[in-house]
Amino acid sequence: MTALLEAEGLARHYQVRKGSRLFSRPATLRAVDGVSFTLQPGRTLGLVGESGCGKTTTAKLVLGLLPLSAGEIRLQGETLPKAGSTRWRELRRTMQMVYQDPLAALDRRIAVGRQVMEPLAIHTIGTPAERRDKALAILESVGLQAHHFARYPHELSGGQRQRIVLARALILSPRLLVCDEPISALDVSIQAQVVNLLLALQAKMGLAYLFISHDLRMVRQVSHEVAVMYLGRIVEQGDPDRLFAAPAHPYTRALVSAIPVATRKGRQRLILKGDPPNPIDVPSGCAFHERCPIAVARCRAETPLLRPMADGRHVACHLAA
Amino acid sequence: MTEPLIDIRNLTVDFDTGHRVVRALHGIDLAIQSGEAVGLVGESGSGKSVTWLAALGLLGGRARIGGEVRFEGHNLVGAPASELEAVRGARIAMIFQDPSSSLNPVYRIGQQLAEALQLHRGMTSGAALAEAGRLLDRVGIADAMRRLRDYPHELSGGMNQRVMIAMALAGQPQILIADEPTTALDATIQAQILELLQEIRRDSSMALVLISHDLGVVAENTDRVCVMYAGRIVEDAPIATIFEAPAHPYTSGLLAALPELEGPRRPLVAIPGVVPEPWNLPPGCSFAPRCTEFEAACEAAVPPAVELARGHRAACIHARSGVA
Repeated sequence: MTALLEAEGLARHYQVRKGSRLFSRPATLRAVDGVSFTLQPGRTLGLVGESGCGKTTTAKLVLGLLPLSAGEIRLQGETLPKAGSTRWRELRRTMQMVYQDPLAALDRRIAVGRQVMEPLAIHTIGTPAERRDKALAILESVGLQAHHFARYPHELSGGQRQRIVLARALILSPRLLVCDEPISALDVSIQAQVVNLLLALQAKMGLAYLFISHDLRMVRQVSHEVAVMYLGRIVEQGDPDRLFAAPAHPYTRALVSAIPVATRKGRQRLILKGDPPNPIDVPSGCAFHERCPIAVARCRAETPLLRPMADGRHVACHLAA
Repeated sequence: MTEPLIDIRNLTVDFDTGHRVVRALHGIDLAIQSGEAVGLVGESGSGKSVTWLAALGLLGGRARIGGEVRFEGHNLVGAPASELEAVRGARIAMIFQDPSSSLNPVYRIGQQLAEALQLHRGMTSGAALAEAGRLLDRVGIADAMRRLRDYPHELSGGMNQRVMIAMALAGQPQILIADEPTTALDATIQAQILELLQEIRRDSSMALVLISHDLGVVAENTDRVCVMYAGRIVEDAPIATIFEAPAHPYTSGLLAALPELEGPRRPLVAIPGVVPEPWNLPPGCSFAPRCTEFEAACEAAVPPAVELARGHRAACIHARSGVA
C-alpha cells in the first residue's frame, strides 16, 4: 500500500536578528528542523507539543502554505510540486485544513451554505444546482440540517460553526484533513460531539487526519500514532497507548505527568524547571538538556537522533533504552 | 460549623442590554470557609466568573445585582465604593486568565508591585520595593531584585502569571479568586503555577477559589467543587463524591465526555445539543432539553438544590432518590 502522505526532513528556517537593535547579529530561527513522518490512508497521526514547538508550522508546510527550507513532501508517492503550479492545485484538493477558531475561519457576511459551496466554484466543479445539492448532502453528513444553509456564522453555536468548517473542507472529497487544534475553542460538552463526528467521518469516508492538539487525552482518543515535538523536532513517536502509558523521552514524561487527572493513584508529578528556551538560542546538543532531570554530559555535546526502540516506537534521547 | 469566611446568598445578576434585561445569574448560594479550596467548574457563560465579578462590584453600570455577599460582617452588594476598595485586592484578591493583559505594559514589574503594596499596606516606596523583591522571590522568580526592573514583555507567560500572583499576595488576602489562571499557559507551565498556588496555601491560611473549565485541574487542587450550568450551581460536592457518585446528570455527562489518558479507550459519550442562551432558557430545569433523564416534571419548575449528604447538594428532581 502506498502511503497517503510522506514527509521527509521537513524544515522551515527564518532569518532573524538576535535582539531588537538594527545592527544585532543575524541568527537562524529553526521553527521546524528535520521532521519526518508517514501517514497511511484512513489513519490519524497526532502531533502534540507546547506552543512554539512547530506543530502548526509543520501543518502549514504539509499544505504548502509555507515554503519548505529543506525536505520533501510526497502525496500518494508523487513529490509535491512547487506551490501554486497547476499540478500542485490538483493535488492540493486532496488535502484540506480545519482551523482552531471557526468564527475566524468563516466569513461573517456570507451565508454559511455559500461558503460550503465555494471550494466547488473555485475548482469549477458542477453546475450551481449540483453544487447546492452537494453542499446540502455534506451539511447532513456533518450533522446539520438544510435550514442551516441560509444562516450566517453569528447565528450558529461554536460547535455548529466548526461543523460548517468541516463541511467546507469535506466538499472536495479530500483524502487528508489537517486539523489544527480543531476542538480547543469549544466547550467541554461540545468537544466530544466534534471528536465523535471526526471519528465517524473517518470510518465512513476513509479520511486520514493530521491531528494537532495540546490536549493529550483527546489526541490519544483519536490517533493511531502520535508524535511529540519539542523545539522543531520530533522527540518521541509511536503507538499512543504505549507512549502515554510509559513515555520514554523525559520531555514526554513531563508532558504526560503535567496533565491533571481526577484520580492520581500515587503517581509522581514531574515538574520541569523554567520555560522552553528561546528558539533562536537552542541549547547545543539535546535541545531539552537544560530542563531535563536526567541529563548527562553527553546530552550537552551531542544531538540525539530519533532511533527505534524494541517496542517499535522512536525516541530521540541518548538515555532511552 | 464555624461562621463562613464569605457567604453568598441568592446572588442574582441582570444585564441591561438596552433592548432587554437578561438574567445571567439565577440565585447563587455559596459559602466558603477560611482556608478552604473550592473549584468552580462550568462551560463558558455558565456564570463562574460573573459570580465573583458581581460579588466584588466589578461589573459596571449595566449590571443589576441582587442578593447578599456577606464578608466580615458587611454586605458587599450595594456597599459604597470606599468600603469595596478596602476589601478588593486586599482581603479578597483576584487573578485572571491572561496575565499579560492584566499587567500594564509600560511600567516595570517592580513599580506595579510597589504600587499595590503602597495602596494595600501603606508602605513607603523604599520599603515597598524591597517587599516587592521578596514577593517575587516567594513566587519562584529567580534573581528577583534584578527582575523588578523588567517590563512585562520581557517575561514569559508563566513568569507574568507568577508576577500576578505576587501582586495578589501583596495585600495578604484571606481569599484568592483564581479565574482560569492556567488556561493560557502550556501544560508544563500550568503544572508549575498550580504547584505554586498549592505551596502558598500550605504556608498560609488563605482560601482559594479556582475557576476552571477543566475538571482535572479542579480535582487536583481543591477540596470541593461546584458545578455551574446556565447561571446556577447544579451540584456542590466534595471532590471524591463528584467523581465517584455524581448526582446531577450534567455532572455525569461532563465526566462521560472526557477522554482518559490511560486504560482502554472507550467511545466518548457526548452531551447532545448546546448550552441555552441566557435570554432563551427553557422552562423549568435549564438542562432538561439535553438531559438523558428527562421527564415532564423537569419542565414544571426549576428544581431546588437538595441536600443528599453532608456537604453534597444537587439541583435535580431525580437526585432525591440518590440515582442519576
